[in-house]
Amino acid sequence: MNWLSRHVRPGIQRLVGNKKETPDNLWTKCQSCDQMLFHKALAENLQVCTHCGHHHRMTVLERLDSLFDDGAYQRLEQPELPADPLKFKDKKPYIARLKEYQSKTDEKDAVIVAKGTMGDAPVIIAAFNFAFMGGSMGRAVGEALVLAAEAAVANKAALLVIPASGGARMQEGILSLMQMPRSIIAVEHMREARLPYVVLLTNPTTGGVTASFAMLGDLTLSEPNAVIGFAGRRVIEETIREQLPDDFQTAEYLQEHGMVDQVVDRLELRGRLIMLFGLLRGVPGPTVPADPATDGAPAMAEDEPIASFDQV
Amino acid sequence: MSAAVALEFEKPVKNLEAKIAELSRLVGEETDGAMSVELEKLREQAAKRLTQVYSNLDPWQKCQVARHPDRPQFLALADMLLSDYQPLAGDRNFGDDQAILGGLARFRGRAVVVMGHEKGHDMNSRVKHNFGMGRPEGYRKAIRLMELADQFGLPVLSFVDTPGAYPGKGAEERGQAEAIARSIQSGLRLRVPSIAVITGEGGSGGAVALAASNRVLMFEHAVYSVISPEGCASILWRDGKFAKEAAGALNLTAQDLLRLKIIDGIVDEPVGGAHRQPVEAAMALGDALENQLALLSSMDGSALKRAREQRFLAIGREGLV
Repeated sequence: MNWLSRHVRPGIQRLVGNKKETPDNLWTKCQSCDQMLFHKALAENLQVCTHCGHHHRMTVLERLDSLFDDGAYQRLEQPELPADPLKFKDKKPYIARLKEYQSKTDEKDAVIVAKGTMGDAPVIIAAFNFAFMGGSMGRAVGEALVLAAEAAVANKAALLVIPASGGARMQEGILSLMQMPRSIIAVEHMREARLPYVVLLTNPTTGGVTASFAMLGDLTLSEPNAVIGFAGRRVIEETIREQLPDDFQTAEYLQEHGMVDQVVDRLELRGRLIMLFGLLRGVPGPTVPADPATDGAPAMAEDEPIASFDQV
Repeated sequence: MSAAVALEFEKPVKNLEAKIAELSRLVGEETDGAMSVELEKLREQAAKRLTQVYSNLDPWQKCQVARHPDRPQFLALADMLLSDYQPLAGDRNFGDDQAILGGLARFRGRAVVVMGHEKGHDMNSRVKHNFGMGRPEGYRKAIRLMELADQFGLPVLSFVDTPGAYPGKGAEERGQAEAIARSIQSGLRLRVPSIAVITGEGGSGGAVALAASNRVLMFEHAVYSVISPEGCASILWRDGKFAKEAAGALNLTAQDLLRLKIIDGIVDEPVGGAHRQPVEAAMALGDALENQLALLSSMDGSALKRAREQRFLAIGREGLV
């Protein structure tokens, strides 16, 4: 990326050459069922295991490709912010950590904002990159969410936010805490414009991210088995001194407790989102119920948008 | 029992004070003579020492002052600052949280909605108030109170003093994250003036849930942070013992936060902290609240909401170097 070559001195990795660790013909072991999966097949199946359905982590770019019509989208430029105003230093200066992640991920920070269409209707997606400091929320992330909502309002688009985050970015101290109200203001602007704001919770979504914009979607969806919570499991176990159930804080557990509308398989996600956005926007559709005998439910929307959700 | 609590760095002062007490017992009624001259000297010395200690508190020492068990919390402040306080209970869904309290009251003659944290001062009251750690029903009570304020056009005053939201199984199951998010949202939506004061410990999401206000003030020795120094140290230094270093790195003192434009003002505490002279501290807070309230009272509902949004959107964008 140009931005990087302009601002960040290449790290060792880049000097040595950014070696691709996994050639296309390699096998990958499923994290859940241990089955060997053909790397390319796994990617084509959106990183969902073809044996057990386990959802492996997707890169943000894979995610955007899989959701937008024809995988086509335009990234939105994010404003530059003063770097590290606290001059934070733990074992290492924050600024050095930040540069390290920037060169590792080729991104400025943890959220990518993109504009495109889904089922021909305009959508803005703000997606978290967990690989960038655990998707933690600092000023750049808050600013990206504010920008995403602004762009959605300007384009009369729906907003889909896909968190994958450990929570607030401690190295930005109070400034990261302030992203909770700031991101909620972004949500508020969507609400005032009466445009759909949908959150897709992915693994993991915790801490200050959950306790702000992520729990305020008009609709809340989650990927299967994603860990979603406020406090960390270990902290809770230490506080209450008891063992928590295995499925504690999973998407399914949250749905049981009324916190999530739907847990959606990744392979059905695009179709489902198009359906939900269409319904929220009051787009007219079929006048008779689908015939269950022919399995009329549009389970998997492929490249073709579902006819009934074409813009009128 | 908490009256005996002396912070480590206060010990020299405490020793002097003990000497003074001992000497005045010996002096008894006698008002002149060498003993009382000596006593006067010691008193001056103690006062000087106290001023010195408290004007040079480092961030970690501030955390300890902010957590002092004798520091006035919600109920004490309500007692000293408000009249006609009518506590209101419950979230109408599940229960009545004892960590987050609130109700209707008059502040210097004006009807208001108040809310805030109560941590408790001794073992029994701490357990009762869950150490000031709110559960979802606490934040939902706060939401109810804010909606009530909005409905009847009453300003909202909140006193924040919490280690953070409670990390418990039930709290998670009942939607701790959602409750906090909604509470922030309710604060941002208000069409009435709102002022939050960080009176002691402003602990993370559990604090900001009650502090998405038009004005945010802090007591001179209060702290406000995304995570406790101990928590930060155990994550970033992988050792809780580095809390002092973490406290410094986090920029959590009132003075840091004013410089970073996170807060709008600092309320001075009496020498030796609010825990030594709670009445004086409360009066200073009352004056600050009255001033801020007067400034906000000329604005109409939508201007208040817009200005509050602008206040938070501006944070971190400019004026930082």
